[in-house]
Amino acid sequence: MLSSIGNFLLLLSTILSLIVIYTSFKNLNEKGNLISKNLFTICSLQCTFIIVSFFTLVFAFIISDFSLVTVYQNSHTAKPIFYKISGTWGNHEGSLMLWLIILTIFSFLFLVSSKNKKKEFRIYTLIIQNLLIICFLVFLLFNSNPFGIVTPVPKEGLGLNPILQDPALAIHPPLLYLGFVGSSIYFSAAIASLLTNYSGKLFVNAIKKWVLLSWSFQTIGILAGSIWAYYELGWGGFWFWDPVENASLFPWFSMTALLHSLIVLEKRDKLYFWVIILCIITFTSSVAGTFLVRSGVLNSVHTFANDPSRGIYILSFLSIMIFGSAILLLKKIKSNNFVFNTNSKETFILVNNWFMIFYLITIFLGTVYPIFTEVLSDHKISVGPPFYNTVIIPVVVFFLIFMSIGPQARWIKNRFDNFKQIVSILICSLLINFCIFYFFKSYSVLSNLIIISSSFLIISSFNDAIKSIKKNNFNISRIISHSAFGFLILFIGLNHNFSIEEEFNLKIGQIQKFENYNIRFTNLNLEDHENYKAIIGEFKVNNLDKNFVQILKPEIRIYEKPSTLTYEASIRSNILEDYYVTMSNIDRSDYYNIKFQKKPFMIWIWISVILISLGGFLRLFRHENKIY
Amino acid sequence: MKIKFIKFIIFFIIFFVLSIFFVSLNKDPLYSTKDLEGEKIQDISLNHFSKNEIISNQDLKKNKFTLINFWASWCAPCRLEHPYLVKLNKEDNLKILGVNFKDKKQNAIKFLNDFGNPYDYLAKDTTGKQSVNFGIYGIPESILINKDLIIVKKFIGPLTYNDYIKIRGAVKNE
Repeated sequence: MLSSIGNFLLLLSTILSLIVIYTSFKNLNEKGNLISKNLFTICSLQCTFIIVSFFTLVFAFIISDFSLVTVYQNSHTAKPIFYKISGTWGNHEGSLMLWLIILTIFSFLFLVSSKNKKKEFRIYTLIIQNLLIICFLVFLLFNSNPFGIVTPVPKEGLGLNPILQDPALAIHPPLLYLGFVGSSIYFSAAIASLLTNYSGKLFVNAIKKWVLLSWSFQTIGILAGSIWAYYELGWGGFWFWDPVENASLFPWFSMTALLHSLIVLEKRDKLYFWVIILCIITFTSSVAGTFLVRSGVLNSVHTFANDPSRGIYILSFLSIMIFGSAILLLKKIKSNNFVFNTNSKETFILVNNWFMIFYLITIFLGTVYPIFTEVLSDHKISVGPPFYNTVIIPVVVFFLIFMSIGPQARWIKNRFDNFKQIVSILICSLLINFCIFYFFKSYSVLSNLIIISSSFLIISSFNDAIKSIKKNNFNISRIISHSAFGFLILFIGLNHNFSIEEEFNLKIGQIQKFENYNIRFTNLNLEDHENYKAIIGEFKVNNLDKNFVQILKPEIRIYEKPSTLTYEASIRSNILEDYYVTMSNIDRSDYYNIKFQKKPFMIWIWISVILISLGGFLRLFRHENKIY
Repeated sequence: MKIKFIKFIIFFIIFFVLSIFFVSLNKDPLYSTKDLEGEKIQDISLNHFSKNEIISNQDLKKNKFTLINFWASWCAPCRLEHPYLVKLNKEDNLKILGVNFKDKKQNAIKFLNDFGNPYDYLAKDTTGKQSVNFGIYGIPESILINKDLIIVKKFIGPLTYNDYIKIRGAVKNE
């Protein structure tokens, strides 16, 4: 029943998308600068149908309709309602459905929110968006149908992987997809802009809020994934340079580059083609990321079930998109020779773009290199954190310094009349680093540089804030995002250097001492929960320096559907540090293996990322106010 | 001319990257031993855990059966299966090759001191690269091979009591 409804709605939406394209072309040939009302009606119908079909799937998950393969494979009656709903997008088919619904809603929102733009530009954008929608609908209907049925209908589902049953992970895909799919709008707009010569400031106005929106959501989506990894995977880390994590970074880097070069296009009417290239790269890299994750060509902890036919489809789609847009771009591109003064805001923004592209290429190469070596030489290698840490971290130092000086530079021609100020800020950051180094702990040269350059950025941003308040052109979003980025790097640096990690075996009643801590294993309890059983340990962590006691309760969870053991870390966060304890059982022994970690400033790492993204959201509102 | 050349290069790179992706789709991403029961295992060359030696096919050909077990001290399920490995170590026809996966040496030694050392040979794979060649998805995993280096059985996840009985049966029947 639900299967038929879902399939019917998807089919109907496909037909409507074709009608949208047909009506759009018809509308193009008509006179006047208004889009026909019919087009609005059809688009809103199309949007409604896709929303309804998405909620049909959600509903099937809620009522546990196991006649649908997707529900059968990813849900279970004993699962809490929250995870039944989030299970909708916790699998390949459902996540494509989520992708589709966001794509359609965004394309409708673009249509209604771009009323003051040129008709041809709007219509071409709509046509490209609908071509994308059709591609996804065809993919859903013929390859990854979320409404496929099983007969006979199973009585019980297979259950959702327990490590995916986590609040942070439930919101991670929707947030990330708002970023990924948001970039489709400016991809389509870029193509439409090339076709209709709708360029310069007007083009910036049309896409700026979409770039900000997708960038902000992408940032916060990456954070949610990171928080999940920290709480759920039990390694105490928050970034593993896993191919899937990297895939979410590709578009983030190009979006960040785009965000900045849009400013140059807006203020100086330069870099138009570069902006177009970035628009195209952002969306194609989102799709390329999806391809790498879904096709199974890369091996990663996150990979969904592998199926080469999916890969072929996404890759063909990607190839057409890349070649299509590249041919169009190369046809239209004009080499407009402009020279920026080496010492000007434009140059600083370009430098930002070079850094972003450098990061994008480095991470892309690191991610796909194993595929290349395998195809070309039959050699299997894995590129791990050492590669990324070696290549990326030293460059961050230079990046932070440019980021500190750039915002205060002037357009067209800059003068370093604030040279004294820069030097005094540098001395301040050297002092901060020296204090940390001298009073707390010594660390490597690179860590010194990281802490100096991030402090440099933070102080420069504050200085920037004070100056701009005086001049009455306070750009709160930039200052928040930039200083938060400085804080992020600073806290990551401190966290890296001041973490403590100890592993030992204990049985109930025993005490382990190390450094200025002692840990007592006080108790062990067994609890029954709705969908799992938990063995809960109780540990008293005593900080002998501060005479401060905390109780931590790590768990071993035994899930029935599917039968899995998971190890839940117990984390006590406070303003300065996190205490992190995981416990695992040792078979036929009273001993448990305990891993204790002290991780300073974790909460500040999360807050920094939230603030970075907040900067984007704030700018969005400021921008809106300016127009209306 | 110069611009044409640049355009050509750009297209060439895109084309090259995409075609590599296409080829990779049709390639088995891993040397997976999951479906390879009955096939011969590929050349083995593993670094010895403590000595400066290489453990190779020649070493394993001497044994009637070899169980290759991938483990690490940080891996909790490895602790679950460890007692079975200790028991299997008593089988006459079976030698056990342990591959210590992405581990710290002192932790690994402590682990073996605490729970017993069932391994006749012990190799290390500090980077995890060699284990990937065996088609290891996650640890623990074990592969049972005979003297002709043919894969008899592959076990994904910790060895259970049933697996233990299976291995003992297979080894005894010889």
